[in-house]
Amino acid sequence: MATTGSPNAEIRPGPPLWLLAELTYRCPLQCPYCSNPVDFADQGQELDTGQWLDVFAQARAMGAAQLGLSGGEPLTRPDLVELVSGARELGYYSNLITSGMGLNRDKVRALADAGLDHIQISFQDAEEAGNQLMAGSRKAFQHKLEMARAVKAHDFPMVLNIVIHRHNIDRIGDIIQLCLDLEADYVELATCQYYGWAHLNRQGLMPSRAQLQQAEQTVADYRRRLEEATNPCQLIFVVPDYYEERPKPCMNGWGSMFLTITPDGTALPCHSARQLPIDFPNVRDHTIETIWHRSPGFNHFRGDAWMPEPCRSCDEKHEDFGGCRCQAYMLTGDAANADPVCAKSPHHHTIVAAREQAGTPLDQVPPLTYRNERNARLIYRG
Amino acid sequence: MSAPDHDAIPLLRRGFRLQWEPAQQAHVLLYPEGMVKLNDSAAQILTLVNGERSVADIVATLHQRFPEVPDLEADVLDFLEAAHGNHWLTER
Repeated sequence: MATTGSPNAEIRPGPPLWLLAELTYRCPLQCPYCSNPVDFADQGQELDTGQWLDVFAQARAMGAAQLGLSGGEPLTRPDLVELVSGARELGYYSNLITSGMGLNRDKVRALADAGLDHIQISFQDAEEAGNQLMAGSRKAFQHKLEMARAVKAHDFPMVLNIVIHRHNIDRIGDIIQLCLDLEADYVELATCQYYGWAHLNRQGLMPSRAQLQQAEQTVADYRRRLEEATNPCQLIFVVPDYYEERPKPCMNGWGSMFLTITPDGTALPCHSARQLPIDFPNVRDHTIETIWHRSPGFNHFRGDAWMPEPCRSCDEKHEDFGGCRCQAYMLTGDAANADPVCAKSPHHHTIVAAREQAGTPLDQVPPLTYRNERNARLIYRG
Repeated sequence: MSAPDHDAIPLLRRGFRLQWEPAQQAHVLLYPEGMVKLNDSAAQILTLVNGERSVADIVATLHQRFPEVPDLEADVLDFLEAAHGNHWLTER
């Protein structure tokens, strides 16, 4: 599968406009919905400073303009300020995506001086107990509050990101209010998508439809209030696709504009794709130009020649690209299948079953598995 | 949202950056985790937004550059109103 060449090589994609640099898989938190691979503990050595700067320069030359600095927790990289500085010189708009752990006032200032454009801090909840339940850290909540204030004090635009799941969705109003009190410019209320650790913990995380509808109502009420107050803060509510009947146009199409580089230099068309049985190239072995245009991994699902039915004859195939390859793989065993979120998929019953399970009382659901090295090794022993 | 005041001095909102992207052969507006590719007229207007020029100054400058364009003022005001509505701009 991995070495059969590139059936869609004649399709010339646009530039990789978005570069996501997962600088490290190290993280002091243990969120059970982490999108990192469940076998992150067994991945290779991290790229060094020079290798990252070279990746940034190559992608920028091809047209990348948005740079996400993510992880793991990117602040565990001692060279983060140097990387930000390099990115700014190249002309990137750089976004630091952080838990806030490892941040302090001096670091915020140093990042501002280096030319970082924006900081996104994740919260787990609007209260200490809920935050601790998910993050697995006692001190995290107060520290995050303090860092959010420091970010604003340095005049950064601030996005607060809160992953929403069955344990905190009923407090979504309090969560929004906390973000407004912290003067967030954008609030991302991202209902769990079930990849990585979140897929493992799906039953313990997925909200019921009733919970979701109530949350949508609360968000709509807050939006109206913000508009009346001409408050520029924007609420972005990401609804889980498990409650949709048509799949999302994942990554705006495979290898069409997103390029993820994992800590060890593996290049992926999206940050979940590592789990697919496809051989993805590494920046240690190939240039970004070669990876983007000529690698079998990136050409694998470009165009539509790879699509089986029902996608092949579907008149929406150029709108949603058949949905998400990772979700198709996780739920049907074949990444080329239609995303089972689609009501036309013969595997749609797996989604319906998950929705029905979502109402299961918590005491009948397996406990959450936290994202840490011990669990990563227990799950993937081979 | 009402049409902008002629004396108002628009300014890109904090965290927004306008730059020319050779790969896209276009000006783009960059902001937290977002990017908008601008058409020529939007770029002509936004490159004049610098926190010093008033709306009237921007209209006058564009009139000088494009004297043949009819309804230029209305177009500029419409665009600035929409840009305000998208929260791309604030006022000094």
